[in-house]
Amino acid sequence: MKRPPIFGLMAEFDSPTELALAARKAYEEGYRRLDAYSPFPIEEVSEAIGFGHSRVPLVVLVGGLLGGIGGYLMQYWISALNYPINVAGRPLNSWPAFIVVTFEMTILGAALFAVFGMLALNRLPMPYHPVFNVERFAFASKDRFFLCIYADDRKFDRAQTEKFLAGLNPKNVSEVPH
Amino acid sequence: MAEDPTGQAPRTGRPPVIAPGYTFATVTDKISAIVLSRRTSMGWVVGFGVGFILTMVLLLAVSYLLVKGVGIWGIDIPVAWGFAIVNFVWWIGIGHAGTLISAILLLLNQPWRNSINRFAEAMTLFAVMCAGMFPLLHLGRPWLFYWLFPYPNTMQVWPQFRSPLVWDVFAVSTYFTVSLLFWFVGLIPDLGTLRDRAHSRFARAAYGFLAMGWRGSARHWKNYESAYLLLAGLATPLVVSVHTVVSFDFAISIVPGWHTTIFPPYFVAGAIYSGFAMVLVIAIPIRKYYGLGDMITMRHLDNSAKIMLVTGLIVAYGYLIEGFMTWYKSEDFDFFMMKNRLMGPYAPLYWALIFCNILAPQVLWSRRVRQSVGALFTISIVVLIGMWLERFVIVITSLHRDFLTSSWGMYYPTRWDWLTFWGTVGFFGMSMYLFIRFLPMISIFEMRTLLPEAEVEAEAK
Repeated sequence: MKRPPIFGLMAEFDSPTELALAARKAYEEGYRRLDAYSPFPIEEVSEAIGFGHSRVPLVVLVGGLLGGIGGYLMQYWISALNYPINVAGRPLNSWPAFIVVTFEMTILGAALFAVFGMLALNRLPMPYHPVFNVERFAFASKDRFFLCIYADDRKFDRAQTEKFLAGLNPKNVSEVPH
Repeated sequence: MAEDPTGQAPRTGRPPVIAPGYTFATVTDKISAIVLSRRTSMGWVVGFGVGFILTMVLLLAVSYLLVKGVGIWGIDIPVAWGFAIVNFVWWIGIGHAGTLISAILLLLNQPWRNSINRFAEAMTLFAVMCAGMFPLLHLGRPWLFYWLFPYPNTMQVWPQFRSPLVWDVFAVSTYFTVSLLFWFVGLIPDLGTLRDRAHSRFARAAYGFLAMGWRGSARHWKNYESAYLLLAGLATPLVVSVHTVVSFDFAISIVPGWHTTIFPPYFVAGAIYSGFAMVLVIAIPIRKYYGLGDMITMRHLDNSAKIMLVTGLIVAYGYLIEGFMTWYKSEDFDFFMMKNRLMGPYAPLYWALIFCNILAPQVLWSRRVRQSVGALFTISIVVLIGMWLERFVIVITSLHRDFLTSSWGMYYPTRWDWLTFWGTVGFFGMSMYLFIRFLPMISIFEMRTLLPEAEVEAEAK
């Protein structure tokens, strides 16, 4: 696919309510390649742009299972197979004594997967992103709310989309260069 | 939501969680200004300086220890554990309040935590660092600490996974890792804010590097919130398990005074007790000197005091049951241990701990005391001393006169014990000062969600 001449168009809003309304309208209009930016999480907005489910919980489950099973097998292999010590005939696979480390490894695995999984799903760290080219975008981390429609959206048209965004009653609409 | 997020429900008449009149912009400016534009005050320099000097004292004490060995401490047979373990348990307990505030109160939907969770988490990290130093230095050959971990080695031996000491290695290292991750994940959006606000090129680059390109995208927030909530869910059982495992170090042994099943719950309660005392000791000066009374309000201090009161009573119950079980099982060695604890050579410390942990905090029942910043600060210091004494009494009185009369002895800390202990206090203080100066001590994005204007109106739902 040919790279569009600009990255997209961005509209700025004053309040979370305006952003949620605008995001929903854009989605209803048929735009799919779009994103919203806010200084704090707003559930309604991520739902409005059609991002209702996060895959993080699944990643965390996998991490926890790997940590827990791996933790137990490690202890089993070390204490019963590789380095067995016979103490008065007590069982080598003394599972009650292995519970604590198994538990800790479960938590550790799940937590590492939660953090690095979240970063990977968000494609972070990302040293460069075009939205930062918009000067006003610095306020997205303070008190402003932005909606960006990407130029590679099938419905995107430089003039039409700008008109549509302007119709959402934003503070301003700006072009996002690559 | 169970509670009005702004805390201004007229019914309760309690102070709000955040003073009225703030907007997204003013909250952001107020918190980030402390880091970005406010001049470093003399008070900060002095406080940091004291912490720095004590950290140098710590380095001196540790260097001397590395040269001479653990013989410079007061430990000997029969008391081989001494200050190292007392301080380890004390510090790690202090850390627990940070996780309680950040994780458990998040799950319980207590929005008042949003203004104190960040520095409480930092407190956890630094306290666990201080805690971790002690068992490592106590090893005798600290440079071989990695022998504690199961790694393939040419000696062809492995750690003993049936030992609580190995459990402790896993519990504490997992706790530190998860606390660090939780704290850093919470910081990412605020680092983005600082990156966008910073004036100097270096600050922008440094915060930008740490923010990893965070841009507040709705998709990112969704994954972020999910991860943050799950981390809270993971940290909650973890924090309970950590002090439980610490108490196993004692309870799994057969030493009279240690071998008891009340230890895990009573250690966890004691940990949270001392942790909240430390939260107050830090929060009270911060809100005064940085003018943050609007964000860390009397409501926070009041709630923290109430949690101290409750956990203090659980600790009192623990002492009571310890005494009762000793009487109930009527076992000679146990009976002697308790008599020795109440009337032996270390008895003054035991009664001091009863005063500090049980009697003195009862004044917190009074609303007037909970509304007095000075009184809360004093009580918190008293509780911190009391909890330190508790660990001292548990470790030392149980060991110094055990089964064999011929092996009785006394334990006296040496100057190196004291220098190491105060050195870690200084390290803790220095780290807190650095944290306050370079990172937002209150979570900015979580404070924004507390504001009335953060609500999405019904038309957009």
